[in-house]
Amino acid sequence: MTHEKSDHIQMQGPLCPIPHHLTDTVGISHGSGGQMTHDLIQNVFQAQIGNQYLAEGNDAARILIDQLEGQLAISTDAHVVSPIFYPGGDIGRLSVCGTVNDVAMLGAKPSFLTAAFILEEGFPIKSLKKIISSIAFSCKEANVQIVAGDTKVVEKGSADGVFITTAGFGIIPSNRQIGGQFAQAGDAVLVSGSLGDHGIAVLQARGDLGFDSGIQSDVAPLNHMIAELLDAIPEVHVLRDPTRGGLATSLNEIACQSQVTIKLDEETIPVKPEVRTACEMFGFDPLYLANEGKVIIILPEEYVTKALMTLRKSPYGQMAMRIGSITQENPGGVLLNTAYGTTRILDTLSGELLPRIC
Amino acid sequence: MTDVNSPDFLKSFRDASLVKSVITKIHQRITQPWTLMEICGGQTHAIMQYGLDQLLPQEVELVHGPGCPVCVTALELIDQALWIAQQPDVIFTSFGDMLRVPGSEEDLFSVRASGGQIRVVYSPLDAVKIAEENPDREVVFFAIGFETTAPANAMAVIQAKKLGLKNFSILPANVLVPPAMQVILASPKNRIQGFLAAGHVCAVMGYWEYPPIAEKYKTPIVVTGFEPLDLVNGILKTITMLEEGQVSVANTYPRVVTFQGNQAAQTLIKQVFKPVDRNWRGIGTIPKSGYGLQETFREFDASKRFDIGNIKTEESEICIAGQVLQGLKKPSQCPAFGTLCTPESPLGAPMVSSEGACSAYFRYGRN
Repeated sequence: MTHEKSDHIQMQGPLCPIPHHLTDTVGISHGSGGQMTHDLIQNVFQAQIGNQYLAEGNDAARILIDQLEGQLAISTDAHVVSPIFYPGGDIGRLSVCGTVNDVAMLGAKPSFLTAAFILEEGFPIKSLKKIISSIAFSCKEANVQIVAGDTKVVEKGSADGVFITTAGFGIIPSNRQIGGQFAQAGDAVLVSGSLGDHGIAVLQARGDLGFDSGIQSDVAPLNHMIAELLDAIPEVHVLRDPTRGGLATSLNEIACQSQVTIKLDEETIPVKPEVRTACEMFGFDPLYLANEGKVIIILPEEYVTKALMTLRKSPYGQMAMRIGSITQENPGGVLLNTAYGTTRILDTLSGELLPRIC
Repeated sequence: MTDVNSPDFLKSFRDASLVKSVITKIHQRITQPWTLMEICGGQTHAIMQYGLDQLLPQEVELVHGPGCPVCVTALELIDQALWIAQQPDVIFTSFGDMLRVPGSEEDLFSVRASGGQIRVVYSPLDAVKIAEENPDREVVFFAIGFETTAPANAMAVIQAKKLGLKNFSILPANVLVPPAMQVILASPKNRIQGFLAAGHVCAVMGYWEYPPIAEKYKTPIVVTGFEPLDLVNGILKTITMLEEGQVSVANTYPRVVTFQGNQAAQTLIKQVFKPVDRNWRGIGTIPKSGYGLQETFREFDASKRFDIGNIKTEESEICIAGQVLQGLKKPSQCPAFGTLCTPESPLGAPMVSSEGACSAYFRYGRN
């Protein structure tokens, strides 16, 4: 390393990441939510079934229907998690909240869900009842109903207990334009709370940590908090839930969609001390860990104080913070200002998160 | 100003005003260009993660050392691991970082995708537990790492022997830091004028091995930690010694490292392992630079337990990992850097590991 000072930071390659060549078989890293997932979607799925709706690159689609006032928001999500029950949540609550949140991220009010279950032969009915009870509780909290469903059972060994796919629908009021492509230079970047809780809670439930951190998953339906926020500030440009791949990956997606630079101040990013400590021990970066009850908000600078006040009124937004700004100078990337006055690139998650050796 | 997110026990070592005051001292102290090598890849990553390189004077050149265990693990050992992992009735266990390291033709991830039983463990003792729970399977642990992982690797073998496990073995692959430092210093192309020695290796081994090396090659060696304040302190001490013409060994990581090191750990290592010649990926064979199993623990050696035969290894022709690991070239000087070689499809191990120099350059955007 030599030291070209001050002009040290250069963006990697062109504006958006170039797809890498695909391997012959699906690897576990293709499901990490990071660069390899992106490549798989682009090269296999988008290549053949791409269209204007998918091209917007959000977690839900906006569809204009002639007879409808406003637009329809549609999203679908497949849920696989091991273990099925973990501190603070389970696959049932996850399958409701994941889809409710994806619909809410377009500024829509989620109303109806569908749910499809793939069950493995031998799965205990008692566990299934527990999952359904959790689904019922979460639907009530989010004020949504499951209006269609399907159940398939596969032979022992063909699935891992239970997989749940949900789809969600909601109406986006007319004149509302929210999506990853609408970030603008001059906007501020907020996050609704501490990062990495879900990722650490699941690792802990797998027994991978070897100790009990006491961390609970943050899985929660965010639609009510978002509705309050949008009632107070209709001028919000972007909402995004940083799930797989974490804050870093979600912000890179937004930077790429909107062709802007996102500058973060490392010191302002909320991470609980327990999560930070677990990360220090295993060599993880909390900015790449999954969240299931957090939202990134990008909006014009003048609404920051009002937005933080509104978010902090919700039980799911009490640790809300302003973490950065949008600029135009080097579009397509995310930069992190450290406490030392230095700057580094915050890249997309590459493969899987792997613990360090020593 | 302190990093509010750090755990309490680390806060003071990340204090920005303390770090900046040490940086100021480095600027005041330095009068000429100096080339230092940080041995450990963990230090390389920390320097880039905190952007400390941006704060140093132009005169300081930091060169990255070979201290990335997955990077230097020989290709033939990785190919052996891949061969063993493909055998039926084998559960192959490894630290996670090793799964993506390319062998001649594939990596452990792809062996797993085609049906190989491969499990990531966080400690070698977890592998022993897997062996206990699966008496009808052969359980093999890929014992890689520097002196830091050697005690835990040794403990796994001792534990397996105590439990009378007949289905547990390790593929011994530990490598040693001091012989590698000597190879770098003895090279006619050497540019290194001072070393930041790897704090965690020294926590186990102490630094009693270093004074003869410093003396022989007239190169100061400074034991250095991993937090921002540790790193800039290590750099300040090395620069001060160079400016004053001191050739000796200093310890700037005394809260963790003593001269003698961890005696119990060293005893454990000696009981189980003996120094053997080892091939370093991209560098070549270095005499007495690895740990093989002692005769008394021979039965736990996977390379002897399995009839692996001759494996023909094949390195990428483009990758310059060897020169990067010796500090002769920078990752960005590689023609494949960021194009043919990325963390998603690495040609060489330094692009894979969380301690690899190429991965640090790619991740933190250094060109």
